[in-house]
Amino acid sequence: MTSSEASGPPIRVLIAKPGLDGHDRGAKVLARGLRDEGFEVIYTGLRQTPEMIADAAEQEDVDVVGLSILSGAHMALLPKTVKLLRERGMEDVLVAAGGIIPDADVATLKEAGVAEIFGPGTSIGQIARYFREHVKRA
Amino acid sequence: MVDELRTGERRPLARLLTRIENGDPSVRPLLPELFAAGRGAHVVGITGPPGSGKSTLVNALIGEWRRRGRRVGILAVDPSSPYTRGAILGDRIRMMDHAADRDVFMRSMASRGELGGVAATTWIAAAALDAAGFDPVVVETVGAGQSEVEVARLAETTVVVEVPEMGDEVQAIKAGLLEVADIIAVNKGDRPGADRAARQLRAMLSTAGGRVERKPPPVLVTTATTGDGVVALADAIEKHRSSARSPVAARERAASQVRRALADLAAQRAAVDEAWDATVQAVADRELDPMTAAERLLEG
Repeated sequence: MTSSEASGPPIRVLIAKPGLDGHDRGAKVLARGLRDEGFEVIYTGLRQTPEMIADAAEQEDVDVVGLSILSGAHMALLPKTVKLLRERGMEDVLVAAGGIIPDADVATLKEAGVAEIFGPGTSIGQIARYFREHVKRA
Repeated sequence: MVDELRTGERRPLARLLTRIENGDPSVRPLLPELFAAGRGAHVVGITGPPGSGKSTLVNALIGEWRRRGRRVGILAVDPSSPYTRGAILGDRIRMMDHAADRDVFMRSMASRGELGGVAATTWIAAAALDAAGFDPVVVETVGAGQSEVEVARLAETTVVVEVPEMGDEVQAIKAGLLEVADIIAVNKGDRPGADRAARQLRAMLSTAGGRVERKPPPVLVTTATTGDGVVALADAIEKHRSSARSPVAARERAASQVRRALADLAAQRAAVDEAWDATVQAVADRELDPMTAAERLLEG
């Protein structure tokens, strides 16, 4: 089921690259795939700080923030990003993460407010379905 | 609501923009207050073909406006896929220089089915940014087909961004494009042919018919990546502001806005009309012509 068959306005997603990753092919593939699934996707580009991501999410009033991170700095950056989002009143924004995140860190990240982690090999369709099912619409 | 906007808090403005974009019925009662609260922001349209460097140029302009003490609001419109309704809203990525600046507010909007390059609700979103105290309010759209005309109707000053390799002059004269420009910026000025392209445009515009009473638009050369020509562009935009507010121009713009609102209203009414399906089918079966169908729906 595409977003065009679902009722309601399109879901807005921010795809962000916190930290110092140099590669964003995965994030771009995801962005295009989500577009094909009917989402409106804003991609921030590389080298974002948690503050920049929270600023963008706030202005764009997105339903989902997808954090793509390969560098291993996820434990430092993802909880901080979630915290900033919540502090700015975005309590209901769905936060998900993907990239290179070891299984051992998943539980801690979920406790910190990352709803789901999508590792390499996850299909776009899976991610799209998850977003549709879990987005909270005001 | 307007008081909330004027506090400078981003969240109320962002939430309002979402309701505006989604055509939420709660917005309609706010419109009189929203428009009355407008502080006369300069609405600047920036359009041009894909790849002309519009977003990078807007990014450079934001820097210059900030130096001049202005608070800048930006609506960046990108096309929605007609098949999936999805969109890549790819302008914000070029403006991350200003991400932390509280006096810059940038919102990406998908066109959501509009073919004219702006979304149906862009004009209301621009009013919200005006009410929130941003001035200028920039509307950035992709110019393709006739979409430059749409943004020109909405904006007070329309800047068309071209590239030096814009092809032969026939392309450049493409109906509507250069007619709607108040200012033309030949971007990527560091490329060979930029100055020549600017000269060709100036020559063509000074002799173009239909401009007998109007001065031709200034043609500037800019290099958004280095900032060359951006100060001159900001000056030209500022200079155009007063002629954009002449009584004649103000009336023309108001007429466009009312026409737009009429079209939106008619479309909304039609969408909820019980007779819609039957009427449209009758046209498809060639039992009814579209004009009579439209009259019936309006009266009905």
